[in-house]
Amino acid sequence: MKENLYQMSKSYSIIAESLTKTFGSFTAVDSISFNVSAGEIFGFLGANGAGKTTAMRMLCGLSKPTSGSAVVAGFNIDKESESIKQRIGYMSQKFSLYQDLTVSENIEFYGGIYGLGKQKLAQSAKELLHRLHLEKDARTLVRALPLGWKQKLSFSIAIMHQPSIVFLDEPTGGVDPVTRRQFWQMIYEAADHGITIFVTTHYMDEAEYCDRVAIMVDGKIEALDSPQQMKEQMKAEDMNEVFYRLARTATRASA
Amino acid sequence: MNKMKYILRKEFKQIFRDPAILRLIFLMPAIQLLILPFAADYEIKNINVGIVDHDHSTYSRGLIQKIEFSSYFNLTEYSDSYQMGLQWIESETADLIIEIPTNFEKNLVRESEATLFLAVNAVNGPKGNLGAAYASNIIRSYNQDIRSEWIQWPRMNPEPQIEVVASHWYNPTSNYQVFMVPGILAVLLTMVGGFLSALNIVREKEIGTIEQLNVSPIKKHQFILGKLIPFWLLGFVVLTIGLMISYVIHGIIPGPNLGTLYLFSGIYLLAILGFGLLVSNFTDTQQQALMVAFFFMLIFILLSGLYTPIESMPKWAQIVAWINPVTYLVDVCRMVMLKGSVLSDMTFHLVAIGFTGVLLNTLAIWTYAKRT
Repeated sequence: MKENLYQMSKSYSIIAESLTKTFGSFTAVDSISFNVSAGEIFGFLGANGAGKTTAMRMLCGLSKPTSGSAVVAGFNIDKESESIKQRIGYMSQKFSLYQDLTVSENIEFYGGIYGLGKQKLAQSAKELLHRLHLEKDARTLVRALPLGWKQKLSFSIAIMHQPSIVFLDEPTGGVDPVTRRQFWQMIYEAADHGITIFVTTHYMDEAEYCDRVAIMVDGKIEALDSPQQMKEQMKAEDMNEVFYRLARTATRASA
Repeated sequence: MNKMKYILRKEFKQIFRDPAILRLIFLMPAIQLLILPFAADYEIKNINVGIVDHDHSTYSRGLIQKIEFSSYFNLTEYSDSYQMGLQWIESETADLIIEIPTNFEKNLVRESEATLFLAVNAVNGPKGNLGAAYASNIIRSYNQDIRSEWIQWPRMNPEPQIEVVASHWYNPTSNYQVFMVPGILAVLLTMVGGFLSALNIVREKEIGTIEQLNVSPIKKHQFILGKLIPFWLLGFVVLTIGLMISYVIHGIIPGPNLGTLYLFSGIYLLAILGFGLLVSNFTDTQQQALMVAFFFMLIFILLSGLYTPIESMPKWAQIVAWINPVTYLVDVCRMVMLKGSVLSDMTFHLVAIGFTGVLLNTLAIWTYAKRT
C-alpha cells in the first residue's frame, strides 16, 4: 500500500488516504481521501467548522493526523514533515507577515529562512515589488498597508521560494471584490508556472475559478468534481445552489 | 547557519522598533536603582514614642531627654496617665510607650534599682521589635551614665564590664544601599531574561506568525536560539547600565572581578531564558504569560534572600530558596561587588545554576512543539 502511494506521488502533488483527526470525542476530519494533480487549482469548500482548516493543517505538517496518511510533494506527512516544509508555501487565515517590519524586511526574512541566496533574494525581491507595484512602499511598515495589499504581498511571499504546492487558507476573507479578482489573477499565474494550488474558501464564486472542488460537510468530503460537472449532476444553476443542497445536511452548528 | 543570520536580524529589528521594550531596558534599571535602595530600607527610624511619666524627677527628665535626642525616636506624646498611653497606641500616634513609675528616682538612688515599663505596638512587627530594642539600648546606656556619675574615679571599677566592638566586614559603614543594590541588579536581570523573552515568543503565537514559521524549514533550535540570543545580549546591556548607575549614584565600585560577574550573569541569563521559554510554551496569550511569570517572579524575589536572610526561613522555604535561581545570582552579585570574590569561591553557585540552565532549556526545547 505504502509503495503504491509513492508510485502515485509522481503524478500527484497531494495524495490523502483516509486522513482523520479527532480532538477528544470530536472528529474534526473524518477519513477523507483525495488526490490533487500537479499544477491543479484545487478548491476546498465548506461551512465554518466543516474541518477545512484542520485538513489543511495536517497536509502542511502543522497537525499530526490521528489516523490515515498523506503524501505531499512526494513526502509522507507523518514521517517526513520537515522535508515537506521546503517544498510548500502556506498562507494562513490569520495575517502572517510581521506588521512591525517593512515590506522589504518581510521579503528578506522569509526569503532568507527558505534559504534563497543573497543574489537570488535581491532579484526576487525586486521582481516581487515590481509585480505588486510596491516599489515606492518598500520601506513602509506592513502595518500601514491596506488589507488587500497585505494579502497579495502575503501570497507573493508564500510562493517566493518556488514551492511545488501552495496552501491558501481563506486567503480572500474580508477583501474587496476588485482585489479579490486581482488575487485570483495571481493564483492563475502561479498555477501557470506549475505550482499546485490548494485553496479553502467559502466564497462560491471563487469555487467556479477552481479546476476541481471538494465540498466538506461535517468533516467528510460530500462531493468532489469539477464545478461544471457538479452543477450538471445536481442540475443546479451555480455553485451556490450546489453548496446549499449539500451543506443543508450538516448537523454541526456553523458559527 | 545562514538562516540564523536572517532570524537574528529580524528579532533585533523588532526589538529596537518596539518603544516599550526600549523604555523598559533603559528606564527599569534607572528607576529601580535610583529609588529602591533609598526607600526600601531596613533601618527603622522615626519611631513615635509616648512617655507616661509618673515621677517628674530629674532622672526621669534625663532619660526622656536621652530618648528625645536619639535619631531613631520622635517624642510625640507626653502624659502622666497610662490610660492616655493606650489611647495613643490605639490611635497610632505612638508606636512605643515608656512608663516611668512613681518613685523611679527615689528607688534608683536608695535601692540602686528601679523598674521601667515598655509597651509596644506590634501591628508592624519589625518596627515594634526594633523600637523596643533601641529603647532598651538607650535605657542601658542611661544606666551606665548614672553609674559613672556615682562612682568616684579612679577607684576600681566595682563591676567588670565587657564592651563589645563590632566591625562590619565588606560593608564597613553598614550601609543599607550597598547591601540592596547588588540584589536589585539581580532582579533586573531576571526580569529582562524571564519576562521579556516569554512575552516576545507568546506575541508571535498571539499574532499568528508562529504558524508561518512552523510551516517553514526553520528548525526548532534555530527558532529558539533566535529568541534567546537577543535577550541574552540585552541582559548584559541592562547589567552594564545597572553597574554604571550603582557606581555613579551609590558609589559602589563593583570590585576587581567584574569579569567573574559577567561570566556568571551570562550563565544565569541562559537559565532564566530557559524559564521564560518554558512559560511561553504553556501559555497562548501575553496576558497569560505575564500572569504566570509574575506569579513565579514574586516567589523568586521573596525567597531569594534579597530582603530577608534565607537562614531564618523555615526549612521548607529554605529548600525552595536554594532551588530558586535568583538566590544564586543575588548571592554572587553581593559576593563579587562587596567581597571581591573570585570564580573559585562560587564553584557551587556555578554548578547549581549551570544545572538549572540545562534542565530548564532541555524542558523548554522538549515541550516546544512545532505541531500539535
